[in-house]
Amino acid sequence: MLRSLTAGLAAFAFAAVATSGAQAQTVKIAILGPMAFVQGENHWAGAEMARDEINKAGGINVGGKRMQVELIRADTNEIQSVPDATNAIERVITRDKADFLIGGFRSEAVLAMQEVAMDYKKIFLGAGAAHSKLGANVEANYDRYKYWFRVTPVKDVDLVRTLFAVLGTIGQQIRTELKTDTPKVAILAEKAVWTEALVGAAQKNLPALKMEVVGTWQPSATATDVTAELSAIDRAGAHIVFTMLSGPVGISVGRQMGERNMKAVAWGINVEGQKDEFWQAAAGKAQFVSTLDTYAEVEMTPKTIPFVRAFKDRFKKSPTYNAATYDAIMILRSAIEQAGTTNADKLVPVLEKIEHVGSGSVLTWDKRHDLVWAVGKTAGIAVQWQDGKKVPFWPPNVKGMQPFKMPAR
Amino acid sequence: MLQDILVTGLVNGGVYALLAIGFSLIFGVARIVNIAHTAFYMLAAYCFYTLLTKTGLGFLLSGLIAVGGVTAFSVLCYRLVIEPVREHEAAVLIATIALALIFQELMLFTFGGHFLGIPSTLEGAVRFLGVSIPYQRLLILVVAGAMLAGVWFTLYRTRLGLAIRATANDLEVASLMGMNVNRVAMATVAISVSLAAVAGVVVAPVYVVDPFMWLAPLVTMLAIVVLGGLGSLKGSLIGALIIGYVEAITVFAVPAGAYLKGAVALLIMVIVLLVRPEGLFGVAFEEER
Repeated sequence: MLRSLTAGLAAFAFAAVATSGAQAQTVKIAILGPMAFVQGENHWAGAEMARDEINKAGGINVGGKRMQVELIRADTNEIQSVPDATNAIERVITRDKADFLIGGFRSEAVLAMQEVAMDYKKIFLGAGAAHSKLGANVEANYDRYKYWFRVTPVKDVDLVRTLFAVLGTIGQQIRTELKTDTPKVAILAEKAVWTEALVGAAQKNLPALKMEVVGTWQPSATATDVTAELSAIDRAGAHIVFTMLSGPVGISVGRQMGERNMKAVAWGINVEGQKDEFWQAAAGKAQFVSTLDTYAEVEMTPKTIPFVRAFKDRFKKSPTYNAATYDAIMILRSAIEQAGTTNADKLVPVLEKIEHVGSGSVLTWDKRHDLVWAVGKTAGIAVQWQDGKKVPFWPPNVKGMQPFKMPAR
Repeated sequence: MLQDILVTGLVNGGVYALLAIGFSLIFGVARIVNIAHTAFYMLAAYCFYTLLTKTGLGFLLSGLIAVGGVTAFSVLCYRLVIEPVREHEAAVLIATIALALIFQELMLFTFGGHFLGIPSTLEGAVRFLGVSIPYQRLLILVVAGAMLAGVWFTLYRTRLGLAIRATANDLEVASLMGMNVNRVAMATVAISVSLAAVAGVVVAPVYVVDPFMWLAPLVTMLAIVVLGGLGSLKGSLIGALIIGYVEAITVFAVPAGAYLKGAVALLIMVIVLLVRPEGLFGVAFEEER
């Protein structure tokens, strides 16, 4: 009896040591996203690709010791509930013992999650939220917020710069084709925190671009019907509908513009319009709707086309910008291998100096740990829906871009 | 701008009316606080979407199966969930909220949080007073009118309608008179949910199908039914048009406050209730009873 008890205890002790040894061999990375939604699916898909690639190559070299990447899938449910998001990040830190945090989508939720991550001094690589305050926090209180870095997208103010750059190109095309000196622009922005700076900037700067703002319409982000808004925009004679939409209202806008045979063309941010499913969701009516995007089969970087093709092969759909969790993990690997440690305080200065050629952009960070904006590097691309296909058209000098089209008048 | 408001308000009011008729029947006439009403509308939309896109059955057959299936399912739900607690309004309220949330989570689990689009039954648009109106929205107006007429006929020209109104008026007396009040309530639920299902099939093509699509119409429907007067079908129609017009006026008058259109509509409802607590046509209903 005593002998078998001793043997049992020995086996247990051996198993415990073996388990703890196995745990020590992994770098635990929590992927935070709304997993029931496309954003979370892309967070997870991008991360899986990076994990498999790194582990297949032998793992991450941490000071001479090879460690495998272990992903923790954390459903933040942040589209529906900010408290759910903070609970999720708290859980992966305290219960799952995550070493690093990657993801987030909704600015309101990421701002709250940022606080939790900073409380625990965990490196948090953002892969979805655009609000400037995330980076402003780093500048205002570096010691507390230095663990935050934004991998995608660029901050809201820089999104405006890209939007204006593309708007200038479209405006010029309208001037030429419609023979009008001052294209009319209707601003259609959902009412949300992330659009506040964008709307203000658009109202202020469009006249300087020799464009007339005919009005600003701000439906709810969850609006399913924008017929009244579109009717008013139609009546105002707008040539361009400048969109800032992240919610399902983006589908309603695309579909209902098509149903009404509107002659105005939609350009801006339409997060739903970035997804492959958009054309079907808009019942095939979203012809010529265009949006800022991150991925297409164009040579933004040497890695873009191989990444997009590998993603499509594996997941049977195109990546959205949230799939830049792939880049986030690759950046982490580079930093860990350079620093030779997973210690957050030692990794921060290494990350600050990194220049990473990613899957859709070339990333470097400024003092706010925001991406340094540059056309052809981090500004992203512009795509337009043409006959059921998402066609990239900007920046025009990148190989693979195609012409922007407008509805027949 | 006036013609835009007139046309947009009428068309959107028609959409709301179609959704409100069934809710008015269940909430206003039968006095069953079925919060899951718009969740059945969501189920019908998903059912229609699945049949149409996955089986290729066509609009008519998919629509009929969706309406029939969801109606039959609602009867089952009534027997299992509502009937046992029918005597207690608060319990019905809580049970139907739970039911709606279960449906929502089931759809989220099955279809994910994706936004799905249903093709229009009728393609194309017509210009009226310089305003473009898609044919699908005109179809909604026609169906709303037909449903309204059908419900009115059932309520006021059939024995079932008489029974529904009698049980709504006084459950105990109706029971003492020999009516099977549970069966009448079940029939009311079935008619009401079939109207919600028709709305799901006809209205969903102009909206987006997602697991949360039942929430926004629920608030609007509550506003319309209370505004129009509990139990008054005419009130529901007028209430729907008022809400449709108030929303259109809000968007045209205050473009940057377009997101407030729902809040403005609810504010109007509150004002009407303060001035006339029984709603616009509540008195007529009380007198009729």
